[in-house]
Amino acid sequence: MKINGIKAIVTLLLISLAWGAQAETAEEKGLEIAIAMDERDTGFHDLTADMVMTLRNRKGDESVRDIRIRTLEVEGDGDKSISIFDRPRDIKGTAMLTFSHGLEPDDQWLYLPGLKRVKRISSKNKSGPFMGSEFAYEDLSSQELEKYTYKWLRDEPCGDWQCYVIERIPAYKYSGYKRIISWIDKAEYRAIKVEYFDRKNSKLKTLIMSDYNEYIDRYWRAGDMFMENHQTGKSTRLEWKNYQFQTGLTEKDFNKNALKRIR
Amino acid sequence: MKVCIAAFSCALFFSASSQAIELSGNITSELRYFPDAPVSFGASKFDRGSSLSFSFAPEIYHEWNGGERAIIFSPFLRWDESDSQRTHRDIRELNMLIVQGDWEWRLGLGRVFWGVAESQHLVDIINQTDSVENIDGEDKLGQPMIQASWSQDWGVLDLFVLPGFRERTFAGERGRLRSPLVVDTENPVYESKDEDRHVDYAIRWSHSLGVWDVGLSNFYGTSRTPELRQRGYKLIPHYNLINQTGIDLQATLDEWILKLESVYRIDQRKSGDKNYAALVGGFEYTFVGAFETDADVGWLVEYHYDDRQKDATSPFQNDLFTAVRIALNDVQSSELLAGAFVDLDQGGYSLRLEANRRIGDVWKLSLEYQGFNNIDPDDMLYAQRQEDYLQAELSWFF
Repeated sequence: MKINGIKAIVTLLLISLAWGAQAETAEEKGLEIAIAMDERDTGFHDLTADMVMTLRNRKGDESVRDIRIRTLEVEGDGDKSISIFDRPRDIKGTAMLTFSHGLEPDDQWLYLPGLKRVKRISSKNKSGPFMGSEFAYEDLSSQELEKYTYKWLRDEPCGDWQCYVIERIPAYKYSGYKRIISWIDKAEYRAIKVEYFDRKNSKLKTLIMSDYNEYIDRYWRAGDMFMENHQTGKSTRLEWKNYQFQTGLTEKDFNKNALKRIR
Repeated sequence: MKVCIAAFSCALFFSASSQAIELSGNITSELRYFPDAPVSFGASKFDRGSSLSFSFAPEIYHEWNGGERAIIFSPFLRWDESDSQRTHRDIRELNMLIVQGDWEWRLGLGRVFWGVAESQHLVDIINQTDSVENIDGEDKLGQPMIQASWSQDWGVLDLFVLPGFRERTFAGERGRLRSPLVVDTENPVYESKDEDRHVDYAIRWSHSLGVWDVGLSNFYGTSRTPELRQRGYKLIPHYNLINQTGIDLQATLDEWILKLESVYRIDQRKSGDKNYAALVGGFEYTFVGAFETDADVGWLVEYHYDDRQKDATSPFQNDLFTAVRIALNDVQSSELLAGAFVDLDQGGYSLRLEANRRIGDVWKLSLEYQGFNNIDPDDMLYAQRQEDYLQAELSWFF
């Protein structure tokens, strides 16, 4: 992540040198904001967190999933992560190991506790629903800079903050989105609101992120993420708990053996 | 002595309260319906009809040292209305885990899975099949083992010492899904003079490289698959000593997944040529978000070969498995698999359907159908030709 960030800065510097005194384009400004966001999120090394996911259909019926997440930051590549499923009870003990790779397809293994089987699965399923929720796999995966092209649209107030509004267009294969519009607060570069447009460019979903907390004096994380699907009327709320940074996880905690023994 | 016991319970209490003991598992009721009367010699008198059964599979887990030490205990109990052989209990797992640097140790009764194929688990040999549970070969008995696992940049090396052998379970006289002759599990014949106390050894190297996942394994010990030889109106299981070398290989390429498993087995008896090779290989192609929905539709094709042909101890000597798998990716995690095994020599086929769906938060309903059609007398499945069944299972998870 860091190396890509530096590369992007160098590229940006070269571009600005070449353009000389000319004003910065909307694309440059968009990329600049994305780089600033990425920089602020670099260097966390590893983190663990618990996620409670509440799915709600149009009739108001609710269904809850409990998931624990462990992430390891990888320099020069996408992050490694393990998701452990605790609820619903029939999938308790199921775990997923992901090596994300920016534009290249991710490597993904699923551990099935009933069979004690580790199964390599295809990561093509980026646009599919995560655990039947309104979040797609691509919404929750490691957000590398090179996964999108960026464009600054405007500045405007967003709730209590002043925000940059930027548009992202996925550069990776198999995305379910034509474009994504994000509201980023100018003070701390936190995503406040995200709108997703489907491949036909119709507005599909809106994500509202709130209840932000700062960890180890540096990393801002939302405690509440609310995704609403405008086309189906369904929604999913993610509540994040027990955020812990720099817990001492290493590469050895993110391999197939670790996936098999994890609880 | 009393003080000692008190101290022990106190220690247990404190370790339990500081690092909670986790209890989970399921209770399942199962109803099977057999539309045909069995082909049967000997005592069995019952005909077509249904059979009720219950199972209980709890799991107790306790870890400490940040998960580097753990104890797991998972017993299994089944009660079956008709078959006294299917009414059985087992300890699926009772072992201790020790993680130390690059090494991981597992001591006790354990379960291990090897392989990549869906329709047959050819290289998977550590655990004995609990075949009274289901004919898909995915239920296994707990195996006594000392397992050492070494993780390195070049892959994972697993070493196994397996003291003690578990006999395969077979349906009893009043059970279904059996051959016309009952298997006499009371009088197995072992090639090893140590019988079921023979110590087996296994080694496996596995690694992931880019899109490839590869495993190489070797097993020396008592074969998990018995040869069934007729004596009177019974079949006697013969367990031979073997040396089996296996390879499993998978390439994961976006919508295509290519799979191969193959074994070469050397029989340790001096007389007769019983060595053989077998393989299963094929692909899985997935249409992600098929028909503009959230569903994934997968197409599976796997070819089976065994060079013993008619003498094979498995029915898959020259067979093709084709199936469609649908995952709706909905809130209830609804899934369906419908497939068929076709014997390319004789043209007989068996159909298989599996479907399941979660109900509410803690219930799950599973349906299964197995049909045997047009089976040739030369096919191993001929013995099962009247054993079509429909099964419904309702599980409660805690």
